Formats: sequence, structure tokens, C-alpha cells
Amino acid sequence: MSTLKYALFTGCTARQSTPEQMMSTMAIAEKMGIELEILEEATCCGASHLQDFDDFLSLVLNARNICYAEKRGMTMVTICNTCQLNTMMTKRRLDKDPELKARVNEKLAEVGLEYKGESEIKHFLYAIIDDFGLENLKKMVVKPLSQFNIAPFYGCHNIRPSEIHEESNGHENAYAPRSLDDLILACGGVSVNYAEKNKCCGFHAELQAPHTAAVLTGNAIMGAMDNNADWMVTPCPLCHLKLDTQYEHASKAVGREVKLPVLHMQQMIGLAFGISGKELGLQHHVSEVNFV
Amino acid sequence: MSEIKTQKITFKVFRFNSETDYLPNYIDYELEVTHEEVVLDILNRIKWGMDGSLSYRRSCRHGICGICSVKVAGKAILACKENVLSLVAAFGTELVIEPLSIKRAMKDLIIDKGDFWSKHDQIKPYLISEIEEYPETENLVTPQQAEALNEADYCIQCGACHYSCPALEINEQFIGPAAFAKAFRFEADVRDEAGNERLNIINAPEEGVWDCVKCMECAEVCPKDVNPIEKITQLHNMVFSAGVAKNNIATRHAVYFKDSIAKHGQLNEAGLVIYSEKGYGMYKHLKVGARMIAKGKAHINPFIVPKSDKMDEIAKLVKSSSSAKF
Ligand code: SF4
Ligand code: SF4
Ligand code: SF4
Ligand code: SF4
Ligand code: FES
Repeated sequence: MSTLKYALFTGCTARQSTPEQMMSTMAIAEKMGIELEILEEATCCGASHLQDFDDFLSLVLNARNICYAEKRGMTMVTICNTCQLNTMMTKRRLDKDPELKARVNEKLAEVGLEYKGESEIKHFLYAIIDDFGLENLKKMVVKPLSQFNIAPFYGCHNIRPSEIHEESNGHENAYAPRSLDDLILACGGVSVNYAEKNKCCGFHAELQAPHTAAVLTGNAIMGAMDNNADWMVTPCPLCHLKLDTQYEHASKAVGREVKLPVLHMQQMIGLAFGISGKELGLQHHVSEVNFV
Repeated sequence: MSEIKTQKITFKVFRFNSETDYLPNYIDYELEVTHEEVVLDILNRIKWGMDGSLSYRRSCRHGICGICSVKVAGKAILACKENVLSLVAAFGTELVIEPLSIKRAMKDLIIDKGDFWSKHDQIKPYLISEIEEYPETENLVTPQQAEALNEADYCIQCGACHYSCPALEINEQFIGPAAFAKAFRFEADVRDEAGNERLNIINAPEEGVWDCVKCMECAEVCPKDVNPIEKITQLHNMVFSAGVAKNNIATRHAVYFKDSIAKHGQLNEAGLVIYSEKGYGMYKHLKVGARMIAKGKAHINPFIVPKSDKMDEIAKLVKSSSSAKF
């Protein structure tokens, strides 16, 4: 296999509230021989909120981020579901509307850039599945996670709306997603089926609608617990932040103590590869990881 | 003549009568299904051939009246449009058929859709306009002006999005995706003269657009590709551009992204919470914040933020591309 090389759009969360996600991304990429060139020029994608205030600005900024992947002639890899959705949504809108694309490019030209629409945009989960391959990943597993029941938590923005994602997420069915389950199996774990696995954790309304957000988080953790999960795993740092740190609000909202360790998918892979918990940043979790 | 291939499928159908039953039960019906059958065909075959007491709604059989929506394996669908074997491919050979909303079930698959209609009432789903009683000419709408509706008028009011929306499921005050799409449909119409009347309704805390959790389910589920969340985003934009956005936690939260990007390229995550809460709401977050600091997830000084490269370029672009005002 020739070396896989991507332009990495880290998003903001991996550099701030989930440093362990950055650490584990780099640790597994190195093991897998995947080269990740960080897009240091990139800005925040607006996290699905900037466009509520200023849609055009959100388009310009996301198009600019893509420009820097295009300049490198690489596929952009994201490690955040919401980054993936926002970037992909921008790409889709510009690629199908030449007039809008021209308006955005007029702005980009002021700083010497042009959006062409040449780079693909993929979440790391799907880059691993489609490009690296789960069969290759399996061969690298030295510590199969066979003693664990692992609850996959997909996060909305990697699977919905499927119209936007289908070409970059292997046509995942939003109502019966498989990718994260398959990844768990490839790491030797047992994947837990529960109704909330493809539901929302409420992250994006945490400040504006705290009760709604807390109930959604509570339901998600409860669903995993009631189906005997030992821990949860997610490809999205925002879901992670919500599930890992908000268990007290969530418990209050659903009237029951809910708490589980939550791992980033990169950490799960790293554990199966035999990388130490410390290198994967498990010490940064608020819901303590007590099984390593 | 080639033989028609069939597949044996078990349908577990929700049965309930709100007048006589405390709890629902699920009855299994086994049928041989062909590749061209839709869910409504199955319901008809059960009713006409196996159990005449099954109740459900149907009318046009052409995906246009919006009456036949039910949930199969948790997914809201139009019974007359959804192919059974494509559902089998996703969910297996045992399919659970339920009403759109179990808590609103009246008889089997029939629900009381009253809340759906009252949410529509709330947003004034009609053109608000001074109309001359005896006009001399037609009220012309150009194709471009009609395009501004962005296909919001394709909604057939089937309720699939409304009864799949998690924000509405938890907060019954929330207006919900279908009625928001309808509000947009009239706000985007050149003939409408509602001014701020309708915008103030969809801008209200708890009820309005700010309580959407952005799960994208309404876009996924809509059988008519109305994409309600896209209309919700456009309503947010209208609230700002009409100048009716109130200075509250939700609006500050959206606006802060621009300020932070102009300054750091990145979102200052701690700064977002502090600015949105206007400082004094911070007490709610102190415990979690302290835990995050202890674990190295947040900095004790919230103004330490990583910066993007090429900040000059970013600041320049933000300045020249942004026209939104708050
Ligand atoms: S979604 Fe979050 S982490 Fe991803 S870029 Fe946007 S703000 Fe940053
Ligand atoms: S589950 Fe919630 S926080 Fe996670 S990606 Fe979906 S909307 Fe965002
Ligand atoms: S995106 Fe918003 S309106 Fe649409 S289903 Fe989700 S919470 Fe409801
Ligand atoms: S927006 Fe779509 S899903 Fe919602 S009621 Fe209208 S047609 Fe049905
Ligand atoms: S019967 Fe009219 S939409 Fe299905």
C-alpha cells in the first residue's frame, strides 16, 4: 500500500478541550503509517452556529480552509463530525451553484486564494475504513478488546443529512449505521446495540436549551448502560465533550445516575494497537477511564 | 413466464385502542412480500385478508396527501412510498410498524395530530397582506421571487419530521421543524407583509428556532426533501437581518463565533461560554469547568487560545465578507 497522506483539519476542540483526541490521532496515524499534514492556516468551521448569524461568512471561511487542502493537492481529513458536516455542506453548495461559488471566490481573491472544488473531504473514521481498510487494521491489533462491550455513539453530523455525506461516508444508512460497529469488531471488541446510538447528544444546544441537551445526553448514556456497555466510543470530539463531562446535569435531567467512560475512536484503536493509555491521553478524561 | 420472487417478512404491528386499553400490544403478521410492494400494500393486505380491525390512515396513495405516515423500525416514512424490501435491507426481516407518535396514538397506527396543527396555527400559516377587494391586475410573482421559497412549499404536512424531532419530543413548547418550514415559506414570499409579527413568534425563547439541537433528523426524514433545518438556518438569518434578534444567550452564542475567528482564527471555547452567559450565568458551569481544568482540558486563563496561521489574511476576510449586524 502506498503511503496515505492527508491534510488534517483539526478543528478547535482537538486543540483545546479534547487534547487527548489530538494525541491519540497522531499516535495511531504514526503506527499506521498515515501522514497527516496539519492545516495550520485553517479557521474554525463555525460549528453550525456561525451560519445562523452570517451564512456568507461561514461559506467564505470554510471554502478558504478547503483551499489550503487543494493547494497541497490532498484530501482533507476531519476529526470532528461537525467540522465534517460544515465543510462538506460548503463544498456541496459551492459545487452545485456556480454563481455562489463566484461570489465566494471574489472574496477569496482578495487574499490571493481560489476555491476550485478539487479536494475530497473525509472524516478520519471513513478514511480509515475506505482507504486504510479494516482488514489491514485487524492485522495490527495486538491487544484485542474482546473483554469489552463497547457502545458506539455515531453523532449526528457524520451521518445526517445523508444526502450531503453519502459520497464520503460509504453510503452509511443514517437509521442503521455500521461503520463504528465494524471498527469496534475490527479492534476485537463486542459492539453494543442500543436505540440511542445514532441519536443526538444535544451538544449544540447545551447553552441555549440546557434541559433538552441534558435529557439527550442522559438518554444516550442510559441506553448504553442498560445494554450492558462497559464504555462508549465516538468519532466526534463534541459528542465526547458532552458525554464525558456533562454526566451530572444529565443524571439530574433523567432522574438517574448515568456515567460511563467515553473513548474517542482513535483511543480505542490505539488501545487495540497496544499503545499506552498515557500516550492516548486517557488521563484527560473527566469520566475516569478505569479499565486500562 | 418468469416467476415472481417473494421474501417472507414478519411485521410486528402496534395495536392499541385509547378508549379501552392501558397498554399497546404488538401483533405479528407473516407475509410473502414482492420487490415492488410498499408498506401501504402490506397494511392493506393485513386489513383486507387477515385482520379487518387494523386501523390506519390512507388516501391518495401517491405520496401527496401526507396522511399515511407511520414509523417502521423507528424511521418515519410515507407508507405509500416506502418500498418494503429496501426497509428489509436496512433493518432485517422483522419490521416493527408503529404510529408516528406512540404517546399520541388513538387507534393502532392512527394518531391525534392536534399538536402538529396547533404549531402551524401559532406561526400564522397564511399570507399577511393588505389585499384590495377589487384588484385591477394580478399580483405577479417572478420566477426568481418564487425560487426564494427554496421548495419550502413542497411540504405535504405528513408530520414525519415533527414526530422525529428530539427537541420537540423533550420540549413540547418547541414549534418544531414542519411549522418552522411553513413560517419560512411565508416569510420568504414577496407578497407577505407580516413585518416582524411572525419573526417574533419564531424568535421566542423555548418555542423558537434557538432551541433546535441541530441533529439534522428533519432533513434526513422528510419524504419531500423540504430540508426544514435549512429553513431554520434561514429564519435565524432573517431574525438578525430584520434586527429583531434579542440580546440573549442564544444570539450571543451565534455571534461570538465571528468575533473569535476574527481574533484567533479558532473558536475560544471558554470565551464562548463566558460571553454567551454574559459572565453571571457562569456559576452553572463552574463545577464542570473546574473538573476540565484539573484534567488539562481547559486553561485556567480563558484568554489563552491557540491561533491559526495567517491571522492577517483571516481578519481581512472576516472584515470584507461579513455584513451581518447584531
Ligand atoms: S465544529 Fe468545533 S471543533 Fe469543529 S471546527 Fe468547528 S468549532 Fe471547531
Ligand atoms: S450528537 Fe449532537 S453533538 Fe454530536 S454531532 Fe450530533 S448534534 Fe453534534
Ligand atoms: S434539526 Fe432541529 S428542528 Fe430538525 S429535527 Fe433536529 S432538533 Fe428538530
Ligand atoms: S417538512 Fe417534510 S417531513 Fe416535515 S411535514 Fe413537511 S413533508 Fe413531512
Ligand atoms: S396515502 Fe397520501 S401520502 Fe401516502
